[in-house]
Amino acid sequence: MSSVKRIVLDVLKPHKPNALHFAQELADQGRDYRIKIKVTEVDKKTESTIVSVEGESIDFDRIVDTISRLGGAIHSIDEVEVLSPSAHAR
Amino acid sequence: MHLLRQISFSLRLTRSHGIARRYFITNGFDGALTMLGLTTGFYAAGGVAPSVAVTACLGTAIALAVSGVSSAYISETAERKKELLELEHAMLAELEETAHGDAARIVPIMIAMVNGIAPFSIALGIMLPLWLAQHGVGLPFGPFETSIFTAFLIIFGLGVYLGRISGTFWLWAAVRTVLIALVVVSLIMALELNGV
Repeated sequence: MSSVKRIVLDVLKPHKPNALHFAQELADQGRDYRIKIKVTEVDKKTESTIVSVEGESIDFDRIVDTISRLGGAIHSIDEVEVLSPSAHAR
Repeated sequence: MHLLRQISFSLRLTRSHGIARRYFITNGFDGALTMLGLTTGFYAAGGVAPSVAVTACLGTAIALAVSGVSSAYISETAERKKELLELEHAMLAELEETAHGDAARIVPIMIAMVNGIAPFSIALGIMLPLWLAQHGVGLPFGPFETSIFTAFLIIFGLGVYLGRISGTFWLWAAVRTVLIALVVVSLIMALELNGV
Protein backbone atom coordinates (compact mmCIF):
# COMPACT_ATOMS: atom_id res chain seq x y z
CA MET A 1 0.00 0.00 0.00
CA SER A 2 1.31 3.42 -0.90
CA SER A 3 2.02 5.93 1.86
CA VAL A 4 1.40 9.66 1.88
CA LYS A 5 4.61 11.50 2.71
CA ARG A 6 3.62 15.08 2.23
CA ILE A 7 0.44 17.05 1.66
CA VAL A 8 -0.05 20.77 1.26
CA LEU A 9 -3.55 22.11 1.88
CA ASP A 10 -5.21 25.48 1.39
CA VAL A 11 -7.17 25.91 4.62
CA LEU A 12 -9.49 28.69 5.75
CA LYS A 13 -9.63 28.85 9.56
CA PRO A 14 -11.02 31.10 12.31
CA HIS A 15 -8.48 33.21 14.21
CA LYS A 16 -8.84 30.96 17.22
CA PRO A 17 -7.16 28.59 17.71
CA ASN A 18 -4.11 30.48 16.44
CA ALA A 19 -1.69 28.95 13.91
CA LEU A 20 0.56 27.61 16.66
CA HIS A 21 -2.19 25.71 18.51
CA PHE A 22 -3.67 24.61 15.19
CA ALA A 23 -0.29 23.14 14.18
CA GLN A 24 0.14 21.49 17.58
CA GLU A 25 -3.26 19.80 17.34
CA LEU A 26 -2.38 18.51 13.86
CA ALA A 27 1.05 17.33 14.98
CA ASP A 28 -0.60 15.37 17.81
CA GLN A 29 -2.39 13.21 15.21
CA GLY A 30 0.79 11.34 14.29
CA ARG A 31 4.06 10.19 15.83
CA ASP A 32 6.40 11.82 13.35
CA TYR A 33 4.29 14.56 11.76
CA ARG A 34 6.04 17.75 10.80
CA ILE A 35 3.54 20.59 10.39
CA LYS A 36 4.17 23.91 8.75
CA ILE A 37 1.50 26.61 8.57
CA LYS A 38 1.84 29.83 6.63
CA VAL A 39 -0.82 32.49 7.06
CA THR A 40 -1.38 34.13 3.70
CA GLU A 41 -4.40 36.38 4.28
CA VAL A 42 -6.16 37.78 7.32
CA ASP A 43 -9.61 39.30 7.61
CA LYS A 44 -11.90 40.22 10.49
CA LYS A 45 -12.95 36.69 11.50
CA THR A 46 -10.82 34.28 9.46
CA GLU A 47 -7.36 33.67 8.03
CA SER A 48 -6.27 31.81 4.90
CA THR A 49 -3.40 29.42 5.48
CA ILE A 50 -1.21 26.97 3.65
CA VAL A 51 -0.86 23.87 5.81
CA SER A 52 1.94 21.48 5.04
CA VAL A 53 2.07 18.05 6.69
CA GLU A 54 5.07 15.70 6.39
CA GLY A 55 5.49 12.26 7.85
CA GLU A 56 6.33 8.64 7.17
CA SER A 57 2.67 7.70 6.56
CA ILE A 58 0.13 10.47 6.91
CA ASP A 59 -3.43 9.55 7.88
CA PHE A 60 -5.23 11.99 5.62
CA ASP A 61 -8.70 11.31 7.04
CA ARG A 62 -7.46 12.07 10.53
CA ILE A 63 -5.91 15.33 9.35
CA VAL A 64 -9.18 16.32 7.66
CA ASP A 65 -11.21 15.46 10.79
CA THR A 66 -8.87 17.49 13.00
CA ILE A 67 -9.01 20.52 10.71
CA SER A 68 -12.84 20.29 10.66
CA ARG A 69 -12.99 19.85 14.43
CA LEU A 70 -10.95 23.01 14.88
CA GLY A 71 -13.38 24.93 12.69
CA GLY A 72 -11.20 24.97 9.56
CA ALA A 73 -12.31 24.34 6.00
CA ILE A 74 -10.07 22.73 3.36
CA HIS A 75 -10.37 24.67 0.11
CA SER A 76 -7.97 22.57 -1.93
CA ILE A 77 -5.17 20.01 -1.90
CA ASP A 78 -2.29 21.95 -3.47
CA GLU A 79 0.54 19.39 -3.31
CA VAL A 80 0.91 15.74 -2.49
CA GLU A 81 3.84 13.36 -2.28
CA VAL A 82 2.99 9.67 -2.18
CA LEU A 83 5.46 6.77 -2.07
CA SER A 84 4.63 3.35 -3.51
CA PRO A 85 5.57 0.20 -1.58
CA SER A 86 8.32 -0.65 -4.06
CA ALA A 87 9.85 2.78 -3.63
CA HIS A 88 9.86 2.04 0.11
CA ALA A 89 11.66 -1.28 -0.51
CA ARG A 90 14.35 0.48 -2.56
CA MET B 1 -8.87 14.49 32.16
CA HIS B 2 -10.38 14.74 28.68
CA LEU B 3 -13.25 16.89 30.01
CA LEU B 4 -10.85 19.24 31.82
CA ARG B 5 -8.76 19.54 28.67
CA GLN B 6 -11.87 20.31 26.64
CA ILE B 7 -13.03 22.95 29.15
CA SER B 8 -9.57 24.55 29.19
CA PHE B 9 -9.45 24.53 25.36
CA SER B 10 -12.95 26.05 25.12
CA LEU B 11 -12.03 28.83 27.55
CA ARG B 12 -8.84 29.54 25.57
CA LEU B 13 -10.68 29.43 22.26
CA THR B 14 -13.24 32.04 23.40
CA ARG B 15 -10.75 34.03 25.49
CA SER B 16 -13.14 33.70 28.44
CA HIS B 17 -10.66 33.66 31.34
CA GLY B 18 -11.02 37.43 31.71
CA ILE B 19 -14.83 37.25 31.66
CA ALA B 20 -14.84 34.51 34.31
CA ARG B 21 -12.48 36.56 36.47
CA ARG B 22 -14.65 39.64 36.07
CA TYR B 23 -17.79 37.72 37.05
CA PHE B 24 -16.02 36.21 40.04
CA ILE B 25 -15.02 39.63 41.35
CA THR B 26 -18.28 41.42 40.55
CA ASN B 27 -20.63 38.81 41.94
CA GLY B 28 -18.25 37.93 44.77
CA PHE B 29 -18.26 41.56 45.81
CA ASP B 30 -22.07 41.63 45.51
CA GLY B 31 -22.31 38.60 47.78
CA ALA B 32 -19.89 40.03 50.32
CA LEU B 33 -21.62 43.43 50.54
CA THR B 34 -25.08 41.82 50.68
CA MET B 35 -24.07 39.59 53.57
CA LEU B 36 -22.29 42.49 55.27
CA GLY B 37 -25.49 44.52 55.00
CA LEU B 38 -27.57 41.64 56.36
CA THR B 39 -25.34 40.92 59.35
CA THR B 40 -24.92 44.63 60.13
CA GLY B 41 -28.70 45.01 60.05
CA PHE B 42 -29.13 42.10 62.48
CA TYR B 43 -26.43 43.57 64.73
CA ALA B 44 -27.99 47.02 64.66
CA ALA B 45 -31.46 45.63 65.40
CA GLY B 46 -30.11 43.72 68.38
CA GLY B 47 -31.64 40.67 70.08
CA VAL B 48 -31.65 38.50 66.95
CA ALA B 49 -30.91 34.85 67.62
CA PRO B 50 -28.04 33.39 65.55
CA SER B 51 -30.38 30.64 64.27
CA VAL B 52 -32.71 33.27 62.76
CA ALA B 53 -29.75 35.09 61.22
CA VAL B 54 -28.32 31.84 59.80
CA THR B 55 -31.64 30.99 58.10
CA ALA B 56 -31.96 34.47 56.63
CA CYS B 57 -28.33 34.51 55.46
CA LEU B 58 -28.62 31.04 53.93
CA GLY B 59 -31.75 32.06 52.06
CA THR B 60 -29.94 35.11 50.76
CA ALA B 61 -26.89 33.06 49.76
CA ILE B 62 -29.08 30.63 47.81
CA ALA B 63 -30.89 33.49 46.08
CA LEU B 64 -27.56 35.08 45.13
CA ALA B 65 -26.29 31.77 43.74
CA VAL B 66 -29.41 31.04 41.68
CA SER B 67 -29.49 34.62 40.41
CA GLY B 68 -25.81 34.47 39.48
CA VAL B 69 -26.07 31.14 37.68
CA SER B 70 -29.24 31.91 35.73
CA SER B 71 -28.39 35.47 34.67
CA ALA B 72 -24.87 34.56 33.52
CA TYR B 73 -26.06 31.43 31.67
CA ILE B 74 -28.77 33.29 29.78
CA SER B 75 -26.55 36.22 28.78
CA GLU B 76 -23.44 34.16 27.96
CA THR B 77 -25.43 31.64 25.89
CA ALA B 78 -26.85 34.49 23.82
CA GLU B 79 -23.40 36.05 23.33
CA ARG B 80 -21.73 32.76 22.35
CA LYS B 81 -24.55 31.91 19.97
CA LYS B 82 -24.19 35.32 18.29
CA GLU B 83 -20.41 34.88 17.94
CA LEU B 84 -20.86 31.37 16.52
CA LEU B 85 -23.37 32.60 13.94
CA GLU B 86 -21.01 35.41 12.89
CA LEU B 87 -18.15 32.95 12.53
CA GLU B 88 -20.33 30.52 10.54
CA HIS B 89 -21.24 33.40 8.25
CA ALA B 90 -17.56 34.26 7.73
CA MET B 91 -16.54 30.60 7.24
CA LEU B 92 -19.62 29.78 5.10
CA ALA B 93 -19.88 26.56 7.06
CA GLU B 94 -21.79 25.12 10.02
CA LEU B 95 -19.63 24.95 13.11
CA GLU B 96 -22.00 23.22 15.56
CA GLU B 97 -19.97 19.99 15.51
CA THR B 98 -16.60 21.73 15.86
CA ALA B 99 -14.57 22.98 18.83
CA HIS B 100 -16.30 26.35 18.39
CA GLY B 101 -19.73 24.72 18.72
CA ASP B 102 -18.53 22.85 21.82
CA ALA B 103 -17.18 26.09 23.29
CA ALA B 104 -20.51 27.84 22.65
CA ARG B 105 -22.19 25.16 24.80
CA ILE B 106 -19.50 24.67 27.48
CA VAL B 107 -18.35 28.23 28.19
CA PRO B 108 -21.77 29.60 29.32
CA ILE B 109 -22.02 26.73 31.84
CA MET B 110 -18.53 27.45 33.20
CA ILE B 111 -19.16 31.19 33.44
CA ALA B 112 -22.56 30.61 35.08
CA MET B 113 -20.99 28.33 37.68
CA VAL B 114 -18.35 30.93 38.53
CA ASN B 115 -21.04 33.60 38.75
CA GLY B 116 -23.08 31.49 41.14
CA ILE B 117 -20.35 29.89 43.22
CA ALA B 118 -18.53 33.17 43.92
CA PRO B 119 -21.27 34.92 45.94
CA PHE B 120 -22.50 31.65 47.48
CA SER B 121 -19.12 30.59 48.83
CA ILE B 122 -18.33 34.10 50.08
CA ALA B 123 -21.74 34.31 51.76
CA LEU B 124 -21.14 30.98 53.48
CA GLY B 125 -17.78 32.21 54.73
CA ILE B 126 -19.32 35.33 56.22
CA MET B 127 -22.17 33.29 57.72
CA LEU B 128 -19.83 30.77 59.34
CA PRO B 129 -19.40 32.56 62.71
CA LEU B 130 -23.19 32.71 63.08
CA TRP B 131 -23.49 29.02 62.31
CA LEU B 132 -20.74 28.20 64.80
CA ALA B 133 -22.48 30.29 67.48
CA GLN B 134 -25.76 28.51 66.69
CA HIS B 135 -24.03 25.19 67.41
CA GLY B 136 -22.55 26.35 70.69
CA VAL B 137 -18.99 26.99 69.52
CA GLY B 138 -17.41 29.73 71.61
CA LEU B 139 -16.06 32.75 69.69
CA PRO B 140 -13.65 35.42 71.01
CA PHE B 141 -16.15 38.10 70.07
CA GLY B 142 -19.89 38.10 69.50
CA PRO B 143 -21.16 36.12 66.44
CA PHE B 144 -22.40 39.20 64.59
CA GLU B 145 -19.21 41.17 65.28
CA THR B 146 -17.12 38.21 64.08
CA SER B 147 -19.31 37.86 61.00
CA ILE B 148 -18.93 41.54 60.15
CA PHE B 149 -15.18 41.32 60.68
CA THR B 150 -15.05 38.25 58.38
CA ALA B 151 -16.94 40.21 55.73
CA PHE B 152 -14.42 43.05 55.94
CA LEU B 153 -11.58 40.55 55.70
CA ILE B 154 -13.03 38.96 52.57
CA ILE B 155 -13.70 42.36 51.01
CA PHE B 156 -10.11 43.34 51.79
CA GLY B 157 -8.97 40.11 50.10
CA LEU B 158 -11.05 40.86 47.00
CA GLY B 159 -9.44 44.31 46.90
CA VAL B 160 -5.94 42.81 47.09
CA TYR B 161 -6.82 40.43 44.24
CA LEU B 162 -8.17 43.33 42.18
CA GLY B 163 -4.99 45.29 42.79
CA ARG B 164 -2.81 42.35 41.75
CA ILE B 165 -4.60 41.72 38.47
CA SER B 166 -4.83 45.39 37.54
CA GLY B 167 -1.17 46.05 38.36
CA THR B 168 -2.00 48.78 40.88
CA PHE B 169 -0.67 48.89 44.43
CA TRP B 170 -2.54 46.08 46.23
CA LEU B 171 -2.96 47.96 49.50
CA TRP B 172 -4.58 50.97 47.86
CA ALA B 173 -6.99 48.71 45.94
CA ALA B 174 -7.85 46.85 49.16
CA VAL B 175 -8.38 50.08 51.12
CA ARG B 176 -10.75 51.27 48.39
CA THR B 177 -12.95 48.19 48.68
CA VAL B 178 -12.91 48.37 52.49
CA LEU B 179 -14.01 52.03 52.29
CA ILE B 180 -17.00 50.93 50.20
CA ALA B 181 -17.86 48.37 52.89
CA LEU B 182 -17.54 51.06 55.57
CA VAL B 183 -20.05 53.22 53.68
CA VAL B 184 -22.55 50.32 53.74
CA VAL B 185 -22.10 49.76 57.47
CA SER B 186 -22.26 53.49 58.23
CA LEU B 187 -25.50 53.96 56.28
CA ILE B 188 -27.16 51.02 58.02
CA MET B 189 -26.03 52.17 61.48
CA ALA B 190 -27.16 55.74 60.71
CA LEU B 191 -30.62 54.47 59.69
CA GLU B 192 -30.88 52.42 62.88
CA LEU B 193 -29.78 55.35 65.02
CA ASN B 194 -32.49 57.49 63.40
CA GLY B 195 -35.04 54.91 64.42
CA VAL B 196 -35.90 53.62 60.95
